[in-house]
Amino acid sequence: MLRYTLRRLATAVPTLFLIVTFSFFLMHVAPGGPFDMEKGIPPEIKRNIEHVFHLDEPVWKQYLDYVWNLVHGDLGPSYVILNFSVAELFRIGLPISAWIGSWAMVLALVLGSTMGVIAALRQNRWIDYLVIAVATAGSTLPTYVTAPVYQLIFGLLLRMTPVGGWGDGSFSHAIGPIIILSLPQLAIVARLMRGSMIEALSAHHIRTANAMGLSDFSIVLKHAFRGAVLPIVSYAGPAAAQLITGSIIVETIFQIPGVGRYFIQSALNRDYTLVMGTVVMIAVFTIVFNFIVDLLYAVIDPRVRYE
Amino acid sequence: MSEALKGRSLWYDAWGRLKQNKAAMVSIGYIILIALLCLIVPNITGHDFTAQYPAYTRQPPSIEPFPKSETLDGEIKSVAQRARLTLKEWHEQDGRFFVTVTSDKPIDERVTRYLDRSDSFQDAKLEEKSADGLTLTMSAEAKQKHFYFGTDALGRDLLTRVFMAGRVSLAVGLLAGFVAATIGTLYGAISGFLGGRVDEIMMRVVDILYSLPFTLFVIMLVVFFGRNFALMFIAIGAVLWLDMSRIVRGQTLSLKRQEYVQAAEALGVKPIGILLRHIIPNMLGPIVIYITLLVPQVIILESFLSFLGLGVQEPMSSWGVEIDEGASNMEVAPYLLFIPIFFLSSTLIALNFIGDGMRDALDPKDR
Repeated sequence: MLRYTLRRLATAVPTLFLIVTFSFFLMHVAPGGPFDMEKGIPPEIKRNIEHVFHLDEPVWKQYLDYVWNLVHGDLGPSYVILNFSVAELFRIGLPISAWIGSWAMVLALVLGSTMGVIAALRQNRWIDYLVIAVATAGSTLPTYVTAPVYQLIFGLLLRMTPVGGWGDGSFSHAIGPIIILSLPQLAIVARLMRGSMIEALSAHHIRTANAMGLSDFSIVLKHAFRGAVLPIVSYAGPAAAQLITGSIIVETIFQIPGVGRYFIQSALNRDYTLVMGTVVMIAVFTIVFNFIVDLLYAVIDPRVRYE
Repeated sequence: MSEALKGRSLWYDAWGRLKQNKAAMVSIGYIILIALLCLIVPNITGHDFTAQYPAYTRQPPSIEPFPKSETLDGEIKSVAQRARLTLKEWHEQDGRFFVTVTSDKPIDERVTRYLDRSDSFQDAKLEEKSADGLTLTMSAEAKQKHFYFGTDALGRDLLTRVFMAGRVSLAVGLLAGFVAATIGTLYGAISGFLGGRVDEIMMRVVDILYSLPFTLFVIMLVVFFGRNFALMFIAIGAVLWLDMSRIVRGQTLSLKRQEYVQAAEALGVKPIGILLRHIIPNMLGPIVIYITLLVPQVIILESFLSFLGLGVQEPMSSWGVEIDEGASNMEVAPYLLFIPIFFLSSTLIALNFIGDGMRDALDPKDR
């Protein structure tokens, strides 16, 4: 196990390094820079600002500096959001995004797998078709469609929740973004669960359990579920990483001060450090969650062994 | 012999299976209908998709023609005001509106233009002018306009715009889908066919591109190419080919071990010939399945970009742009949001049904 962990760590570092390198040069090759404002600033002042941030140095030197700082855990200052370092911005925004994201993930896993199990047990009945319909809608409708509809119905017509804003994370502010964020994931989880549960229920050991007279409840939850949940576990890793690092659309529509918004803003502003910070953050979360999922896999399925 | 047996091709069988699938057939009909509407409707509404009618902003959908009689009074008053004249009276007679105006200075006869310039009237004529030139009567026809889906915040006809936007969304979906499929197929087939070192390197490149945050990649491509309509197809296509290349590579690996490929090799066919004549045609099933599943993805991606303001630019429109505009007006005019959402969602769902149907039809093992 320890050896496996170490080996995973050893492959994670070069992956991260490649991602950082590629994104860094992609950003710097793009025309424009962080201080190209619409209102032109005098060239001497611009030169001085760029000198302060070492932007006047050759790109390869900037790259080496960035990697050196990154290795020491320094993500640098934001070029556009003044007086904030990238780490500070994440310290403020990440808890909010992670809070919404993890609740959305929990909702998707619990509700989605329940729906999937029910649909599998009542295959080709009306409740199965209902689940399939919800899953189709959830996975085809993008969040920029569902979010405004939610705001319109619950915020403007029924006046049950605020239309947007964060309000220090009160329940009524958070519930909308959580539901909208979890919908597509919920749909996929329900679909996966339905498929794998149907397959699991036709396995030989389930037939044996049936023949031995075990109750339906214990067959489904103890024997079939354990095997059926595996595809969901491997799906949940990347999905959780994606949810926790914030959604651009949901945070923009609901006006939530999370980290999801930074990605597009900073790429358009050429806020190099913030873009790179976001890339690194997403990559780290993805790697970590994939690792957790692989470990969980071994716990759930004893046939999986890591050497 | 030659006439007795007619071969049943893969496509013939697949079509037979697809015909059994009601959801897929209904969806195909629906997509054809939407495509036809997108082609025809913007040309027959009588409105240009950029035409703005400032007098009719955010009018809800209705089948009644504009101008409505109750709004005419205000409209005529505002014409008089713009002409800096005093409105004496107006009345309707035989479908023409007679407007009498007065002023303390002699009135120029060209004031009829003010009526023509308003959205509600056309064919303005001078009827009579008093001897001192201080009172003048002119007449005009009401310009009848229909806004079956209502108008947006700038007073543009939503019916025209929604289907104009549909043209863009569908065209982007199809074109970028084919760009992605072509790149992916060629890349994957070459990688799988050549094998060895080359395969290793080509697939590592795909892995690296895969692990890059997808959004950053798209945004950077948009930044590079500028907000250019045609190049956006390529940008989207260039991002979505990764899945395709993996699928095709896997298929190629298994196909190139087949006896007919060995036979072709033994007969001295060149590698490129084997690839184009024997390997790619045998993968058309999975390729077609993947393209039909790719088209809705592309449409979603395009509207995502347009929603963020990175995609299609004004005055052109796409469903994403329309949803974005609808979302900012939803408080006063919810139909501006619901109408484009209806068309985008129903199209996406129909395309998904077609994709699922294609998969069942072309790959019956997979059921």
